[in-house]
Amino acid sequence: MRVPAGTSVASAVFAAGLTQFRTSVSGEPRAPLCGMGICFECRVTIDNQPHCRSCQIPVQPGMRISTT
Amino acid sequence: MTGTDVGILGAGPAGMAAAIRAHEAGARIIVMDDNPGAGGQIWRGGERTQTSSQARQWLRRFQGIEQFTLANCRVVSAEANPLKLLVETGAGAEEIVARSLILATGAREIFLPFPGWTLPGVMGVGGLQAMAKSGLPIEGKTIVVAGSGPLLLAVAAYLKGHGAEVKLIAEQAPRSALTRFGVKLLRTPGKLAQAASLQLSLLGIPYLQSCWIERAEGDGHLEAVVMRRDGKTWTVACDYAAVAYGLYPNAEMAALLGCRMSGAVVAVDELQRTSIENIYCAGECTGIGGVDLSIVEGEIAGYAATGNLHRARKLSGRRKRAQAFADALNTAFALRAELKQLPRADTFVCRCEDVTFARLQSVRSFRVAKLHTRCGMGPCQGRVCGPAADFLFGWRTESVRPPVFPARLGTLITKQSEEEEITASQ
Repeated sequence: MRVPAGTSVASAVFAAGLTQFRTSVSGEPRAPLCGMGICFECRVTIDNQPHCRSCQIPVQPGMRISTT
Repeated sequence: MTGTDVGILGAGPAGMAAAIRAHEAGARIIVMDDNPGAGGQIWRGGERTQTSSQARQWLRRFQGIEQFTLANCRVVSAEANPLKLLVETGAGAEEIVARSLILATGAREIFLPFPGWTLPGVMGVGGLQAMAKSGLPIEGKTIVVAGSGPLLLAVAAYLKGHGAEVKLIAEQAPRSALTRFGVKLLRTPGKLAQAASLQLSLLGIPYLQSCWIERAEGDGHLEAVVMRRDGKTWTVACDYAAVAYGLYPNAEMAALLGCRMSGAVVAVDELQRTSIENIYCAGECTGIGGVDLSIVEGEIAGYAATGNLHRARKLSGRRKRAQAFADALNTAFALRAELKQLPRADTFVCRCEDVTFARLQSVRSFRVAKLHTRCGMGPCQGRVCGPAADFLFGWRTESVRPPVFPARLGTLITKQSEEEEITASQ
């Protein structure tokens, strides 16, 4: 997908129409809460690296992002 | 290992002001921030996106100074004597040794648990704005803004200005407290103009006092919120809910370094000095006070850390006026006790480890909660549930241990191997 330069990975995931970023330890769907890097609810896998805080990372061309 | 005169933690208003003043004195500085750019949370998104001339001016001055800035970095550990920081960046890990350190770590939002608050689509107030500023599409989205504080109005105006349909603003404080605060505003004309212009742009959005979200509902993601006011409840359908109950200081780094605390905030003197020599603290981590107080505290710290005590002392009048405004604000938006009744037995308080309210009710302190329930032991390390537990139970996080952010093993090994080298060479 294409997003404007400077878009965070978290905002791109929402823009793609997804609402679940990760699954909590008891199995609940979760998505960003704080939007500023402290709550860790926005964790996704970026280019095979797990647990990336998507709200703090700007999208780069060719990034592969996977939610759970 | 990199050496510097002044290490500055945080590139928000306080950190930027400190950097500018320290740089004027000819000091070598390193500014570190977790975010991709300068501006902190309030001035997120860089100079071009700011509507206030104050913001544009400070961001321009900061970008104009010759300095070394580490963006997108996390300080995972720190030691006081000598001053040493372990910093994790995208590229790897680095140790920074500084003569003095200015902590300008800001604040985070207070999230209070209520049924349904873990549903995707429920975010912070500043949180939703930060997401919108970094590209979240909000045009045409229906949004309820709730919680407490002046940020609710500013964010609602921002969202509306960017095409969102803000259904209502729910402020938990009573109208009487806000009216008293409004009277105090008359003494600070700049703020009054700001408040008035906000009110104008808010035309058309109901602003309800003594009102809050009782629960959020939805199947897999947020679909509606149930509001409560004067004993009555009603449902409002929405795409997003922006909910936060004020701000809480980010004092973890100061606590880790052993700086004396005053309640939840870092204790400082009139020159922003903490209880530890050569460590200064400025901005929201010394008490929630807003952007004007943060800037003047940052300037004082920048001057003081470079020996310009005369210039630092000359700013005390400005600091005092900003502090008076902050005190009035904090009184007006004090949180009501009814909010402690919001979580149900099965409501999660700790979202990292999914610890319910009922399980926390059975223990006596945050320490016991950590040991017995894993509350506060997940990746956020109590940054979300800590302030909630403080409000709900009166618990304080008693100790902070490194790493204060989850760190890569490689980062921690960097630190250990450097220590081993030092030991071996002694």
